[in-house]
Amino acid sequence: MKLGAINYSELTDAQRLAVKYFVVAMALFLAQMLFGVLSAIQFVLPDFLFGVLDFNVNRMVHINAMVVWMLYGFTGSIFWLIEDESGVPLVGQKIANITFWVLTAAVAVVVVVFLFVQSGPGEQMTLWLINEGREYIEAPRWADIGIVLCMLAIFYNVCGTFLKGKWSGISGVLVLDLVALAGLYLAGMFYTTNLPMDQYWWWWVIHLWVEATWEVLVGCIMAWGLIATLGANRRIVTTWLYIEVALMFGSGILGLGHHYFWIGTPEYWLGVGGFFSALEPVPLVAMVVHAIYDAGRHSFRSNNHPALAWLIAHAFGNFLGAGVWGFMQTLPQINLYTHGTQWASSHGHLAFFGAYVTIIVAFIYLAVQKLRGDVWMSSRLPYNGFLWKGSLLLTHVGMIGMTIALLIAGYEQAFVERAQGGSTWAAYFAGQTQPWFIQAMWWRLVFGVLMTVGVVMLLWDFLSIGAGETRTKLDVRRDTAPAIEEDSGVGATETQSA
Amino acid sequence: MTSAEVSAPWWASEGFWRKCAIFVTAFMALVLIILTFHTLVVIEAGGESGRVPAYSVINHRIGFEFDSDRNHAVPTIGPLVPLFGEVLSEEDAKALVNHGKLTVQARNCMNCHTILGNGAYYAPDLTKAWLDPGWGNEQARELLMTMFLTDPVANKRTFGTNRTMPNPKLTEDEVRGVIAYLKWMSAIDTNGFPNGFTPLPQDGPILEPEEVVQ
Ligand code: HEC
Ligand code: HEM
Ligand code: HEM
Ligand SMILES: [Fe+2]
Repeated sequence: MKLGAINYSELTDAQRLAVKYFVVAMALFLAQMLFGVLSAIQFVLPDFLFGVLDFNVNRMVHINAMVVWMLYGFTGSIFWLIEDESGVPLVGQKIANITFWVLTAAVAVVVVVFLFVQSGPGEQMTLWLINEGREYIEAPRWADIGIVLCMLAIFYNVCGTFLKGKWSGISGVLVLDLVALAGLYLAGMFYTTNLPMDQYWWWWVIHLWVEATWEVLVGCIMAWGLIATLGANRRIVTTWLYIEVALMFGSGILGLGHHYFWIGTPEYWLGVGGFFSALEPVPLVAMVVHAIYDAGRHSFRSNNHPALAWLIAHAFGNFLGAGVWGFMQTLPQINLYTHGTQWASSHGHLAFFGAYVTIIVAFIYLAVQKLRGDVWMSSRLPYNGFLWKGSLLLTHVGMIGMTIALLIAGYEQAFVERAQGGSTWAAYFAGQTQPWFIQAMWWRLVFGVLMTVGVVMLLWDFLSIGAGETRTKLDVRRDTAPAIEEDSGVGATETQSA
Repeated sequence: MTSAEVSAPWWASEGFWRKCAIFVTAFMALVLIILTFHTLVVIEAGGESGRVPAYSVINHRIGFEFDSDRNHAVPTIGPLVPLFGEVLSEEDAKALVNHGKLTVQARNCMNCHTILGNGAYYAPDLTKAWLDPGWGNEQARELLMTMFLTDPVANKRTFGTNRTMPNPKLTEDEVRGVIAYLKWMSAIDTNGFPNGFTPLPQDGPILEPEEVVQ
């Protein structure tokens, strides 16, 4: 085995499959950036691509690419860790491979239809074949059914493998969470004339995904990441995971009510939603404490610096983007004015980035390290690690810049359009034409382009980091031995039946 | 066995928190399911609560007036002012509104507009589009809305931004459906959202119930 060369023979079959998921995820990440930039250009130059790729098409591709690549990233991460965690090979390698190709083909067809067919007549047929017209889950019904079948196949593999091998606390949580995650998707697969009914169930998918099941899923991935990067103690990590589940589901399930203030649903949701969603930052604080505690306990020494940096970015990003930015608009007294403004966009960007982009990127760094034959990925990298540090910096500066610009725009919109103008057509444009708003939209574009450059560097780094490296990752363990040895270390085998 | 295992007090033990996680999740899910059953009944179209109106509400004048008990504006259902001058049965009204909703989904309007405040922020919220002062008054509204939705480029306003709505190339039936959908939507009780919204003046002719030809 040659160190520093891409070496698939070191990987298990499931890990090779995970690499495929990661590759598609990163291609879609780049596509998401490009379509985000197109939408952002149209905000400041509305004639741009008018009538060819209208704003709604670009935005739809932007957010759908995001949802799909994140699901790919999660699936890849699960396949990456499953054989280590269960101790046995994947039960259905062939099915898993077929599922990947079927799913990827379906995604490709959906994207082509979104871009070239775009919309259809106002009939059921359009919802089945072209576009369902519901934000984030626009994929037509045929694709929904395909996605559910693929998710069942993936679930069969995950559950079957753990059943055959051994369970751990982390895998127990993971499997139950996947059941909920897949089940929730069904809530988005129907049509009704009744708009409040439509939005009621639509939020089950969106909110109970990002603020409950996805959070717990990344909690599992994070737990494993801490064990892998830092050699953290499995028992402590697992206990933390349970605490996080209790807090996250304890607040997030009823926190759903913060989307039921103004859609025709009964008034008790104002109280239920306001109260429980206000508690949602608590588990996110717990996660920061946990990550920093573990990193500090191991003196931040790790055999994979980029992965550790992105894991820490995850802890803070999740807390700030979801916890703080979410909390700012979650009380009904405030949400009455901020609802449906750029404020939500500010929060949506920072939350998705901070909570989900970061952790998937961290995980891919772990995978890349193994792919190169467990190379050294700590300090003293060639060019001082310019690419990983540069992309970390640019993506974060870009994202934070966009978030601040959107927050300023949101404040202004809430004030001028909502509070002063009473949200009429004219009031909407009164808000959009304020100088601060216009400037914010330019800044968002500038920072968006910066972020896109950061993402290109990141992808380049994935392809090049560790190439030609001659040191193994174990070299770092040798000079940091005392702090790490007392814990169980990478791939700890301490498990118990759940 | 690590030292943590031996010495962990009950409140820091894995078993305790596993039970907590299971219990809390089950309890919250149960509460959500109970509330959901209740909410689904309340938001039935034409249900007793009156929060979501029957589709035939499009036969009436819809208002948005301050309610001092609830301390915010609520939709009001006024005298007969049928949409496009035609009184519809509940069934026909539902079919028309349904066509409108299908059209709004099929044309992906929500990736530019918000509806009940959810969607995209590139264009005005449509929750009260039916009542928007931009349509002038009750008598002009149907014609202006039809013209706008039929050709939003020729009839654009954009308030100096040039942010134009592309022509969704709606058929005549689709336009009528969309307008019916927007009218019905404006009568949903949204707990006062959007706050401070003042509808256009509505003092056109009304229809007396005995004038309705079945
Ligand atoms: C590409 C973005 C885009 C799409 C898609 C779009 N709109 Fe619009 N819409 C706009 C913009 C921008 C305006 C403001 C236009 C103006 O002022 O001239 C607007 C204005 C409107 C208005 C008048 C505003 C008001 O407050 O009453 C209505 C009604 C409307 N659109 C309905 C629709 C419907 C129905 C659809 C789907 C069939 C749709 N729009 C699709 C961008 C869009
Ligand atoms: C990682 C977790 C989270 C993600 C990815 C996320 C993402 C989003 C997104 C994308 C939206 C906009 C939805 C739309 O398009 O209409 C949104 C809305 C909202 N989020 Fe979050 N969110 C997260 C966590 C939270 C938390 C913890 C809170 C509260 C403390 C919160 C409060 C809200 C509120 C109140 C809205 C409604 C905005 C409105 O009224 O328009 N979110 N969220
Ligand atoms: C290149 C950088 C990016 C640009 C220029 C960009 C631009 C945009 C634009 C213009 C919109 C439409 C907002 C509106 O309706 O007014 C949007 C929506 C959205 N984008 Fe991005 N984006 C970028 C990166 C990202 C990233 C990295 C994420 C998350 C990981 C993301 C997640 C979202 C979400 C969730 C929405 C829907 C927001 C909502 O409805 O509240 N975007 N983006
Ligand atoms: Fe939410």
